[in-house]
Amino acid sequence: MKKDFSQTIGFFFLFCCILVTILLLFIIIYFVFVRGVKVISWEFLTQAPRAGMTAGGVAPAIVGTMYLTLGAIMFALPLGIAAAIYLCEYSPKGFAVNIIRMSINNLAGVPSVVFGLFGLTVFVKFFGFGVSMLSGCLTLGILVLPLIISAAQEALLAVPQSMREASLALGATHWQTIKKIVLPTSLPGILTGVILSIGRVAGETAPILFTAAAFYLRGYPKSIFSEVMALPYHIYALMTEGAHPQQQTAIAYGCALILLFLVLLVSTVAIFIRQKQRSYYG
Amino acid sequence: MRKFKEYIIEKLILASGLASIFFVIVIFLFLLKEGLAVFKIVTPANFLFGKNWYPISEPPQLGIFPLILGSLLVTLGAAIISVPIGIACAVYIAEVAPVRTKEILKASIELLAAIPSVVLGFIGMVTLVPWVKSIFKLPTGLTALSGSIMLAFMAMPTIVSIAEDALYSVPRSHKEGALALGATHWQTIYRVLLPAASSGILAAVMLGIGRVIGETMAVMMITGNAALMPHSFLQPVRTLTATIAAEMGEAVVGSEHYFALFAIGIVLFVISFAINITADLFLHRKR
Repeated sequence: MKKDFSQTIGFFFLFCCILVTILLLFIIIYFVFVRGVKVISWEFLTQAPRAGMTAGGVAPAIVGTMYLTLGAIMFALPLGIAAAIYLCEYSPKGFAVNIIRMSINNLAGVPSVVFGLFGLTVFVKFFGFGVSMLSGCLTLGILVLPLIISAAQEALLAVPQSMREASLALGATHWQTIKKIVLPTSLPGILTGVILSIGRVAGETAPILFTAAAFYLRGYPKSIFSEVMALPYHIYALMTEGAHPQQQTAIAYGCALILLFLVLLVSTVAIFIRQKQRSYYG
Repeated sequence: MRKFKEYIIEKLILASGLASIFFVIVIFLFLLKEGLAVFKIVTPANFLFGKNWYPISEPPQLGIFPLILGSLLVTLGAAIISVPIGIACAVYIAEVAPVRTKEILKASIELLAAIPSVVLGFIGMVTLVPWVKSIFKLPTGLTALSGSIMLAFMAMPTIVSIAEDALYSVPRSHKEGALALGATHWQTIYRVLLPAASSGILAAVMLGIGRVIGETMAVMMITGNAALMPHSFLQPVRTLTATIAAEMGEAVVGSEHYFALFAIGIVLFVISFAINITADLFLHRKR
């Protein structure tokens, strides 16, 4: 009797913990939604800011975030998948691979602001790209590289060895096996990782603080060497700079809603793909 | 011809694999190059343990001890909140929840991980900060406590998902053995499963803490950014990451201030390196 009682208490405690966590998550989403939806309008989504950030829209920031995200993924995706293929399919098992794997893990753990510093010295100063979209994309690309590599690695390792052996036994070359068998099989896993990293890039602020972002631009960026506005940086700037805190906070709610919507949409798609795939493979 | 094409592809793949390790080294080298210059002005000991951070006074005083303490204080607070709750969530998801609920809970935790830190910082600024101010009757709600609470949110998904993996990787036979001996499910969890998964859970906690120490935006927005020696949770503090992010924009390239910010970057890099290596060791000891 007493034992059952302690189990009831214990499980109740665990349940409370998870309930609080999930509730807070939904309160956050709901809160941003309710406050943000008031300022969202067609004008807000399609116009540039006006009157010292107190009126108009945030279209340049939305477009800027999309450019930065796309650029970063275009840079990191081929490099990351190739690195994962090398590590899983080609590299001899042993000390060197362990070192590489460990460096990648470490790269994933490096604080994002340190990537910002790196971007500043290497892309902005050393290569002379200046504070620009290009510097921002490359910095963000290096930030997500380890995430893409480890997601792709996991997906590749999940492909049964027997499938590779069967393909090789049929006379396919190593590369043919990878291209025709291993990659298609691991595609959903790789896709999940890539989509999750898109969400991550879109929300990152610290790496673009001093490599790409501008608080206010009149229009869209003209070339890869111009500064860009970005949603996450815009939220930060609205809350910490400027002379009209009241109106700026309202706009920040709108930006937060758009950013949250984009990021959660992307993550939901990724989670959905994963669950589908899981139920497919059992 | 086909052989040649494959040869090229394989070399390209090899090059990409090596590029990623190259980046780690390059990042560190560039940080070193810019950061070590500061030690021409201050000794490493004075830099790490100096109590005054006045980078633009004449001469500049570059002691980052208050910033280190700020980071530690916020991290400690976040860990106190997120570690027990995170582990409890992991146990609930891994052991107690029915299959259907489990999938929903896991997805929710993943959504929590997806919320950008700047959004969490923003929400903290408009909700938590005023509450902290009025509850504790403080002159400002921008305190270490507010930062800890918000950062606990960010550490949680990491802790939950890694601790959950650790619980799953405990062999079934352990659990079945305990149950067969007449232990209740609850006894099995805290006498058998948790100890067996302890090294994985420790790794989860470490990686969660690593996430918190490296967090920048939320911390910069809600901890008040006063570079003073912190004495309590109800004071504004400034962390290492926030210092870099807040001051790099104003630092003159090539000045002592600029080099000092890179030196802080080195400190952060070393801390995250140490945390990751240790967590890696814990994770591998398990296998």
